[in-house]
Amino acid sequence: MDYFIELFLSGLTRGSIYALIALGYTMVYGIIGLINFAHGEIYMIGAFTSFIVATTLSIYGFPLAAIVVVAGVAAAIWSSAYGYTVEQIAYKPLRHAPRLAPLISAIGMSILLQNYVLLAQTSDFLPFPKLIPEFAFMEPVAHVIGSSDLVILITTAMIMLALTLLIKFTRIGKAMRATAQDRTMALLVGINVDRVISATFILGSALAAIGGLLIASHIGQINFAIGFIAGIKAFTAAVLGGIGSIPGAVLGSLVLGLTESFATGYVSSDYEDVFAFSLLVLILIFKPSGLLGKADTKKV
Amino acid sequence: MITAKELTPINKKIICKALKRSLLISLWFVFLTFPIMVIKVNPIERTVSWRWGNIAYVAIGSFVISLLAKAWLVRKERAAAAKTAACPTRASIFHNILQRPGCRYPLAALLLGVALAFPHLFSTYQANIMTTALMYIVLGLGLNIVVGVAGLLDLGYVAFYAIGAYSYALLNLHFHLGFWAALPIGGLLAALFGVLLGFPVLRLRGDYLAIVTLGFGEIIRLILENWNAFSKGPSGISNIPRPGFFGLEMSLDQAMIYMYYLMIGLVLLAIFVVNRLQHSRLGRAWLALREDEIACQAMGIDKTRIKLTAFALGAFWAGLIGVIFAAKTTFVNPASFTFMESAIILAIVVLGGMGSIIGVICGALILILLPEYLRALSEYRMLAFGAILVAMMIFKPEGLIAGVRRTYCFQGRKSTAALQDDE
Amino acid sequence: MRTNTLVAAAAIVLAMMLPGCGMAGDAIKLGVAGAHSGDLASYGLPTVNAAKLVVDELNAKGGVNGKKVELLIEDDVCKPEVAANIASKLVSKKVDVVLGHICSGATKSALPIYKDAGIILISPSATSPELTQSGAYPNFFRTIAPDNMQAKPEVDFALNVLGVKKIAVIHDKGDYGKGVAELAKGFIEKSGKGEVVLFEGVTPGAVDYSAIVQKIKQSQADAVIFGGYHPEASKIVSMMRKKRMKTVFLSDDGVKDATFIKVAGKDAEGVYATGPKDNSNNPLFQAAVAAHKKAYNSDPGAFFESAYSATLAILNAIDKAGSTEIGAVTKALQAEKVDTPVGTINFDAHGDAVGVGFAIYQVKNGRFVEVK
Repeated sequence: MDYFIELFLSGLTRGSIYALIALGYTMVYGIIGLINFAHGEIYMIGAFTSFIVATTLSIYGFPLAAIVVVAGVAAAIWSSAYGYTVEQIAYKPLRHAPRLAPLISAIGMSILLQNYVLLAQTSDFLPFPKLIPEFAFMEPVAHVIGSSDLVILITTAMIMLALTLLIKFTRIGKAMRATAQDRTMALLVGINVDRVISATFILGSALAAIGGLLIASHIGQINFAIGFIAGIKAFTAAVLGGIGSIPGAVLGSLVLGLTESFATGYVSSDYEDVFAFSLLVLILIFKPSGLLGKADTKKV
Repeated sequence: MITAKELTPINKKIICKALKRSLLISLWFVFLTFPIMVIKVNPIERTVSWRWGNIAYVAIGSFVISLLAKAWLVRKERAAAAKTAACPTRASIFHNILQRPGCRYPLAALLLGVALAFPHLFSTYQANIMTTALMYIVLGLGLNIVVGVAGLLDLGYVAFYAIGAYSYALLNLHFHLGFWAALPIGGLLAALFGVLLGFPVLRLRGDYLAIVTLGFGEIIRLILENWNAFSKGPSGISNIPRPGFFGLEMSLDQAMIYMYYLMIGLVLLAIFVVNRLQHSRLGRAWLALREDEIACQAMGIDKTRIKLTAFALGAFWAGLIGVIFAAKTTFVNPASFTFMESAIILAIVVLGGMGSIIGVICGALILILLPEYLRALSEYRMLAFGAILVAMMIFKPEGLIAGVRRTYCFQGRKSTAALQDDE
Repeated sequence: MRTNTLVAAAAIVLAMMLPGCGMAGDAIKLGVAGAHSGDLASYGLPTVNAAKLVVDELNAKGGVNGKKVELLIEDDVCKPEVAANIASKLVSKKVDVVLGHICSGATKSALPIYKDAGIILISPSATSPELTQSGAYPNFFRTIAPDNMQAKPEVDFALNVLGVKKIAVIHDKGDYGKGVAELAKGFIEKSGKGEVVLFEGVTPGAVDYSAIVQKIKQSQADAVIFGGYHPEASKIVSMMRKKRMKTVFLSDDGVKDATFIKVAGKDAEGVYATGPKDNSNNPLFQAAVAAHKKAYNSDPGAFFESAYSATLAILNAIDKAGSTEIGAVTKALQAEKVDTPVGTINFDAHGDAVGVGFAIYQVKNGRFVEVK
């Protein structure tokens, strides 16, 4: 039973990280119907920015609490700035282009950003400073769940709550929902759609940055290539849950994280990803629009 | 374009505005790239180096690029304004040339002549690179059937390529099957897998289809990687024989040149088949599927059948090229069949122009030869590649040479005159 | 306008093709092929530095056989298909010998091309046993010991010295990592002294390894033998220590890299890794490192000394043979002993260096210390 709980918790942690990245995918998709392939790189840039800021501050001898706050804020700010810039450069001019054009420019952006970080920084793996301390009260259960797992779970839950409130009750949240439902109609009722799209990119990027910071300090290392796999997995999770749906992204991520964890634990980690993708195929066969996605029926 | 005389106050104002805008953009980029370009920390020796000089590069670079982009946009807008509302589907100069039989055949003959003489004009290395490019042309043409013509976004195309490569490698390893026997088997096996993939995804649309095909590609690669008893795992299969020519012993150079001619032949075959397919009943059905699935079904087209044939025919070419790949490299391992490969092939199709055969050819030549010749830029190679992909899409989103369908032009003026007559 | 851009593009492509046809004068051409960009660049670039240092020094002394040595540096990004293209490029540039390739997979696809052209390849880092032991490539030499020579001492050390019984063998699903892991598994089973309780691969780059670590714990292994490179190793070790597991961790020379200790920090303490024998007392080794520090103002990277030695060995053989003809050079490589940073070496009939071997190291106080 212990083993089951351990696997369950590690799946939950993994799922939470996927969720933070998947939200960016799903929000962008919900609003402009675009798979933002560069989103994984935004996550990587978030992790890198927090690495640079945190290491610099710790070299200059700042206290840990200050480092955590400043690194988190800096990662969110710069990731958002990158997300916004990517949207302005690579997607905005293509809003009326053929459907696949933005996809290719997204892949191009992803290659560009990866190599930019590689050249401006390094190709080596870098040790990420320990931003999450080992809590003393966690010591008795440290063999089951670590401090950083706990912090990840709590932070993710809080962010989900905040995001739900934001989408439900604020002006920009309502504007986002309106734009997602019908862009033309939103335009007609006076919503500045361009601004809503930018806001979506900024919000999604900030979430990815927080994810980047958390996972990097959880596993203790980063390099320029970490965004790719995380991005693909998060995208899978978003589709699994029903792309465009925010609770769907969270549910999909948790399901994916748990599947991978149990597959590793009870079957074999050799085929961890095979299980993840097979599950995706199975779910989509029986529910073609994902777990919580709206059925996409067209009326003629 | 703009001479001094034309520098009217309005133009001056535009230029001033553009300069101001570029300045703002360059300031933004200085801010944006600040942590990554300027600060470099060494976490072990706990030192921070501040590379202030990089700010200057970023500022100047982004200023110049944004000015150039703005200039291009202004020019484009003017050109668009100046364009009279002529026949809306004015084909590109390429199509104009190609449509004219007088130009078409001499041009084709010339191209063929250059292609045939190529290995004798340049070194074997150049021929080798060109062979790779030709392989990607066929891959692009195959994917073009699925993505460009039938409109089914496939992100796992590389799986079929892998199936082709491994079918030759394994058949040769276990049964000593030769290249020529393996070639059709590889293609057919890939087509079979295309149908197998096609069945479960029949109900899926657009981006759901994309992720499932991506997953399929990964699954095939992971199986090859993990199932050692079957595929020899990550260490791969080496010593795969090159194609034979009636038992003739060939030196390395000759073998490579032979390979090149083989690919020329295959490219011609692919162009011929794909071209005929596109204009066939099936091709029309694919186009209808791409444009509107519901309307297509309402027209009485069997959706299941045409989707599956699209997958199968697309996969067939990938399987063939997979066999060629194994024979050319003489070594296969799963590392050659990653998602990046699928992305490159997709980029070839979209960049060249979806549904356009000449477009795909140009796309493949550019995307495969460009990184080779960008070697001079060494470490900036992939950076430039990414930037070029983005730039191409921004400036020509419909692809280099967009596919043109046979259309009849509505003669606007005549009919308005006719209308007036009626009144 | 469209035609203009296209013509311009064609002109550029043509212009770029031309330098490829350039020919150099009478010199010995040493090709250097390996990953110089992409995520494996850190394994390939030190070799380029090593070759440059050796060649500059020799050329300053008047070259080899009175000829200057010229370097042709090519990037194969460790991909087999690119490596085959690079090999044909080097062959068509009439290269005399090649230093490289870096990865075993790339080497396997490039070797037949060099073999047909009668060109000797000497690799500082391709460790797949098949390359020499299959006997299929008489033109292949290397200054690093093959994987089976490190899996064997690794397993012996675990079973006999550490006395562990239950071993979990983990790998990174890669060419190198899985190869070592499989050899290790074979040696453990053959010895009859230990038991492989778990044999599994992890996905490189996955966001989190806690599930596999739980599984290692569940298997009650006394020791983990990991085949692969340092990024995955440090993630697994850190995760194990986080879960308060004291399981012994042994790995291969992909992990015996200063970066491993840097990244894993204090979690690295006590980890065992096999690596090339300690040469830090060899004056040639010290001189090579000093030269690198002087020229590049940094410590040399992975496989530097091995590449330095390979360059020395091959150029020495050409010097002794008096030509670059394959038969003569092969004979010289096998017969003539040469002093290099990795010791005094010559090559056996398979192409493996004699006098190069592995030792076991343990991380103590942030450094790899040889275990006697």
